[in-house]
Amino acid sequence: MESYLNFAKDNLWGEIWPELTLCLGALIVLAIDLFANSSNGKKRAGQFAILFQTILFVFHLLDYLLLRHTFDRESFSGMLKHGIHQDITRSFFLLSSLLVSVLAQFFLHTRKLRIGEFHHLTMVATAGLMILCQSQHFIVLFVALETVAICFYPLVAFDRESPKSLEAGMKYLIFGALSSALLLLGIVLIYGVGVNPEAWGATVPNTSYADAFSFHAVYQLITENSDHSLIRTGVVLILAGIAFKVGAAPFQIWVPDVYHGAPMPITAFLAVSSKAAGFFVLLTLVNGPFSGLSEFLLPLLGFIATFTIFFGNLAACTQKNLKRMLGLSGVAHAGYLMVAVMASMILPGSSDRAVWILFFYLFTYLLASFAVFGVMTIAKVQNDSEHEFTDYEELLRKVPWAGLTLIIGIGSLAGIPPLAGFIGKLLLFSVALEAKLYLSILAMVVGVVISIYYYFGWIREICFHPRPVFEDDDPKHDVWKDADRVGFIKPLLLSLLFASILLGIWQGPLGDAF
Amino acid sequence: MNLNTILLLGSIIVPAVGSLLFFGGFPKEDSSIKKLSYFVFGFPFIASILLFLNFDPTQEYCFEILYSRMGLQELGITFHLGLNGVSSPLFAMAGIIGFAAGISAIHSGAERLRLYLALLSIMLSGLMGLFASVDLFFYYLFHEFALIPTFIMVGLWGGRDRRGIALEMTIYLTLGALISLSGLVALNVMIDAPKFDFPHLSDALTQVSLSDRSAYNIFGLLLFGFGILVALFPFHTWATRGYDAAPTSVSMLHAGVLKKFGLYGLIQIAVPLLPQAAECWSPWIMWLALGNILIVGFVAMAQTSFKAMISYGSVMHMGYCFLGIGVCSTIGVGSAVMLMCAHGLSVALMFLLASYVRRRTNTFEMEEMGGLAAKTPLLACFCLAATLATIGLPGFGNFWGEFGVFLSLGENKEHFTFLILAALGIIISAVFGLRAMAKIFFGSESQEFQKSTTYSSVSDLCKSEILPATSILVPLFLIGIWPLTISHRIDLEIGQRYAEFQSQSSSFKPSCCPDSEESTEEGNTLLP
Repeated sequence: MESYLNFAKDNLWGEIWPELTLCLGALIVLAIDLFANSSNGKKRAGQFAILFQTILFVFHLLDYLLLRHTFDRESFSGMLKHGIHQDITRSFFLLSSLLVSVLAQFFLHTRKLRIGEFHHLTMVATAGLMILCQSQHFIVLFVALETVAICFYPLVAFDRESPKSLEAGMKYLIFGALSSALLLLGIVLIYGVGVNPEAWGATVPNTSYADAFSFHAVYQLITENSDHSLIRTGVVLILAGIAFKVGAAPFQIWVPDVYHGAPMPITAFLAVSSKAAGFFVLLTLVNGPFSGLSEFLLPLLGFIATFTIFFGNLAACTQKNLKRMLGLSGVAHAGYLMVAVMASMILPGSSDRAVWILFFYLFTYLLASFAVFGVMTIAKVQNDSEHEFTDYEELLRKVPWAGLTLIIGIGSLAGIPPLAGFIGKLLLFSVALEAKLYLSILAMVVGVVISIYYYFGWIREICFHPRPVFEDDDPKHDVWKDADRVGFIKPLLLSLLFASILLGIWQGPLGDAF
Repeated sequence: MNLNTILLLGSIIVPAVGSLLFFGGFPKEDSSIKKLSYFVFGFPFIASILLFLNFDPTQEYCFEILYSRMGLQELGITFHLGLNGVSSPLFAMAGIIGFAAGISAIHSGAERLRLYLALLSIMLSGLMGLFASVDLFFYYLFHEFALIPTFIMVGLWGGRDRRGIALEMTIYLTLGALISLSGLVALNVMIDAPKFDFPHLSDALTQVSLSDRSAYNIFGLLLFGFGILVALFPFHTWATRGYDAAPTSVSMLHAGVLKKFGLYGLIQIAVPLLPQAAECWSPWIMWLALGNILIVGFVAMAQTSFKAMISYGSVMHMGYCFLGIGVCSTIGVGSAVMLMCAHGLSVALMFLLASYVRRRTNTFEMEEMGGLAAKTPLLACFCLAATLATIGLPGFGNFWGEFGVFLSLGENKEHFTFLILAALGIIISAVFGLRAMAKIFFGSESQEFQKSTTYSSVSDLCKSEILPATSILVPLFLIGIWPLTISHRIDLEIGQRYAEFQSQSSSFKPSCCPDSEESTEEGNTLLP
């Protein structure tokens, strides 16, 4: 009993209050949905979800800003780690899930889909993502990852009337399961060597940890045995599993298909939260347990980054469907972010500059992505999967605010100055140069220039005169009817637009971290 | 904050705020839009001229404004404005051309005039900021500020094939911008100076020495990055097609002012900061510049469209600026600055006049014009003056610029080949310039022209057309007859900046370039 109490003393539940609260909120949403009879009542579940997440987000920010939990600390016997990075990732996921909920409320209403479940799943997935980025233990990592994945499978296939959505759900399920299997296999290999090093001919670490799954133990094991082939295989398998999540080549095959079919808010959720989570985990792993292997991993990651940048950009050029194009451009962004991860491995310690730059980049990516996906959500395209370039013809003239938001969003994704995305890319360049990653910089420059082709192609549709209409053309469905009557989304998107411009010109105190 | 700094800041902010108002749909009536835009384009014009007159060449930077917490302070990036001897004439030029382009835009009768003026004033704001910023990051940022509206404006109001050309320009210029950006970032990272501007960088360079290899590479990045933006010879194809298709005001601002960005960067940053690397690259610069002068010159001769001819001519004359920089001497670089000012004014004037000609003849094809001088004597006068300026005849600023470049080439025996070949360029530009004048204004009217004018009479320039043309022609003429107005301050600045350069380059021979005798005996005065 005594030992159990000692053990449980370490379970600081207060440290994970945002996750717990979020799960509670998710349950309440489900309950409201269950007991509501009218469609109006169902809608209330969504309104509650949005309100709840807003309050949670504000409280979390206040908690962080006022109490300043800047020191690193561990809880649950070292299974979770809390600190400034973790708090920032939490805010990131909360903001992202809040934006998803707002877009979803509109989307679900117009497409007549079930509301309660959607918000419930989104919130649970977010809680999972938050835990995932705090984990210091492979079991926690895997369980959190699976929680997220299991929420995502139904979300991707949420529109059960649409064959594309179902197909995307199926594909995501298969590829997700495959990636989880790879990850698990990698974990098991490392665990196998870790619990009994002698049996595999590995050196026993000096300090032994009781738990071979914990990152500290793995770190010890890997530093002592950095050229052990089983460990290397395990590490590569784990990284492959994560590469699936972030959509890095050569594991990017699922991205365009799943983005294509998934409901629009979920596409945004996948593009932002899921990808960011992958990078946060990757960052923790390569700078934590795997740091002993950085000489082996750097060329590997360098190859992945370059391959990803070229694949994403070149493949996006040929796309006619905007969701597929955005998916592939997201693949290219994963490549750029991979360069930041490499820089953080080369420059360890130096006030975490690369890490802060990665955070900043992801944050600008969030702002820009939600601006773009937000405008795409309010487009009344008949089939949600089929957004074509021609649907956006002369948007700037038809609905000026939406057109401007979309242009700024795309421009920020493309990294056009003076928008936030440009500052992200500039910082990325500078840190990559500091780390002497010249080839990656070359790949980035070429990649960005290629990306101008498809990003600007879209901007061109939004601004310029449309193609002539011929008499025998099919009558076009008016996509932008009632685009002004979208309620809360309009100020939200405009504030995203404003934030993208502001962060491009003035970063103020944020800049002290770079 | 005194009046001068307010003027400096205002010349950037007024157009920016103006464009926000236009975007926000503020003045509802057409007449008040016009009034507001007179103010938006007039303020930088007046401010830039006042600042030009108030400039004190003894200071390193005049009218300084510094705000150091813009966000990237850890990289040494601050918001730092100020003018020095090189930027002050260019700043004035930007103000003048911006005014002329604005006035011509107001009276252009373009569709969706509000959007047109909004984008044009963003562009103007960027241009004013570009020459006013001391910090290299903001220098780049303002350039992009000015560049991005051009893509949209070419696409929306451009001529034939505008969609394709807008995309081509965007991709090409993004490539150039990114290459030069990586060069600048490399400068920032490798020379870890406390502030990212020229004085601090060059201070820091005295303490940390950059290896020859990396200096060479950084200079290469800057040269080719800027080269693409300035339309250096093999990378010029975007420019000619782009100017041909762009609406007049955009052509004026882009060819006249924005394109000087790259040259300005080379003169203010790259060459004085990395003198050894500049010497290694100097043969490249000069041969490519000859490509501009001769090859593009011959292409210009073959053009049948007046506007296309001007486009090619403007790209061709960039070659002389590059030659001046390639010589790497005080007089060469100083003349290049002089030529930049004069070239900007004369090219902008040519584009402006081309649009007037087009308004009267409904075509740019020179074969379909003729005898216009009889009907529009004033326009013919202006056009002839602009053409003579472009060719580089005495009486206009271009003459002093080109003359100085030739002089600097003549100082060194090794450069004689370049001198002779470059002098051929004068003949080339005389051939196409004067031939165009003959075809458009003199001789007999072509049948097409007669046909097109049977129903509408051709009138001479009206007041709203004379105003912008005069505002460009007067300074051009002033520099031509009294070059000391700008040459004095350029000379002081360049002399100071390049004095160290000459002592360094004579004492030090880097391994990566062949031995070359670099002697500039009569160093520091620009004018004989």
